[in-house]
Amino acid sequence: MKNSLEVSKMKNNSDVIIIGSGVIGNSAAYYLAKRNYSVTVLEKSVHIANGGSVRNGGGVRQSGRDKREMPFILHAVRTMWPTLSEELEMDVEYYQEGNLRLGKTETHERILTDLTDTASACGLDVKMITGEEARTICPFLSEEVTSASWCPTDGHANPMLTTLAYYRKARRLGARFITGDGAAEIRKVKGRACQVITESGEIYEADKIILAAGYESRDLAATVGIDVPMTRWLMEVLVTEAQPPMFYQMLGTAMADFYGHQSTHGSFVFGGTSGFEETNKDNGTPSATSITAPCICRGIIKYFPALENAKIVRTWGGWIDQCADHVPVISYVDEVPGLILACGFSGHGFGISPAVGLTLSEMAVDDKMTIDISQLRYDRFTAKI
Amino acid sequence: MKKNDRSREIGSFQPLPDDDRLICRCEEISKGEIRRAVHDGMFTLTEIRRYLRTGMGLCQGQTCAKLIRDIVAKELGISAGELEHTAARAPMRPIEMRAFANEGKGGELDEKQFGGK
Repeated sequence: MKNSLEVSKMKNNSDVIIIGSGVIGNSAAYYLAKRNYSVTVLEKSVHIANGGSVRNGGGVRQSGRDKREMPFILHAVRTMWPTLSEELEMDVEYYQEGNLRLGKTETHERILTDLTDTASACGLDVKMITGEEARTICPFLSEEVTSASWCPTDGHANPMLTTLAYYRKARRLGARFITGDGAAEIRKVKGRACQVITESGEIYEADKIILAAGYESRDLAATVGIDVPMTRWLMEVLVTEAQPPMFYQMLGTAMADFYGHQSTHGSFVFGGTSGFEETNKDNGTPSATSITAPCICRGIIKYFPALENAKIVRTWGGWIDQCADHVPVISYVDEVPGLILACGFSGHGFGISPAVGLTLSEMAVDDKMTIDISQLRYDRFTAKI
Repeated sequence: MKKNDRSREIGSFQPLPDDDRLICRCEEISKGEIRRAVHDGMFTLTEIRRYLRTGMGLCQGQTCAKLIRDIVAKELGISAGELEHTAARAPMRPIEMRAFANEGKGGELDEKQFGGK
């Protein structure tokens, strides 16, 4: 018979520990639990997923991506997003109605043409269209719009529901989630990362540790001597009251002033920038600033005059874990066997999250990989000369 | 910060006669939906809000926040005081995009709004 200490020790053992209950961690937890691996997910916040996954514009976008991320988004859009609601038994509000990236000037048109050429070279169905053609797709666009790039297979989904759907299904399949007790240290035993010590002093053990804690991953990786070069940028979003159904394309602009979509609920969700993203004051909590939402409104009204009387009911902010080269790190670590990094998503993580979760689940059990990760290694960062 | 094991036993969902009662009137969310969400693993008011849209409508939860807190606390078998309130978000009341866009000019609505001053 086991004494209670042994029982409690066993309870803290699992095949895999995931640090961070965002959409990446929860997705990985689900694909592992689905294959009967035992999983413990550790979340620092009292809430499941309280970072970028729930402070998110919801784009499921192939166009405008770095080519190193393309295998993930292509796999996700072609084989995962269309059936995700069914698989997770919850409507994640996925729409595949296309992405319009809008331009008003010749400079904008040049930027859009460059992006389109790059995406076409990756085999993506994206093309330049005129302002008139764009207004045929979305009749609410202003006459100021003179050009656009159009990717008909892009779309959007609800990031809060997707993140919680992965959590709900993984939990039902037996994954253990602990909130309010964040990982404080990753510890090596005999050269392998196999323990996580939490803020309360609890010790968890596993064969593999997946670090998917957004910007906080940097400090945690440092506990085993590894650095991922990233900073955090405050990004802000505004939400309107429900509007009658208008259009379901994902929208953006050549200058990335704003991006957004209409949700199932009817509200419009628009993210955007003020130009101070790199230098916003860090108050320790991701609050919206007073200058950004009005700036987003000014941008939107020029492109969508029909929305000028829509009421804003809410604004919010979130941090992006901005990697040095704006592309995530999804990687084993040579110096720390047992550790898997999944961080630095740079604001591109949500759309690729199903494919990343699948990939992490394969990495954690040393399975054959569906997607090539060789371009996303942690040691790709080198000095400029 | 309070450690919370999401696999802990909270019993199964038991239907109640008043489960159809609307609690969040803006978004039309019933008591039964809120109670079921707890059994789906949504243990905090913030998670319930993101899961069901409670308190996300025009009044931003000013009517239903306390009611929801009591329902969730009872379902979890804890006191309401243990549940952290959801974050209040600016603006304090709904404001037209056109007016918000004018913040640099003191938020004045242009004359189209007032039909000339």
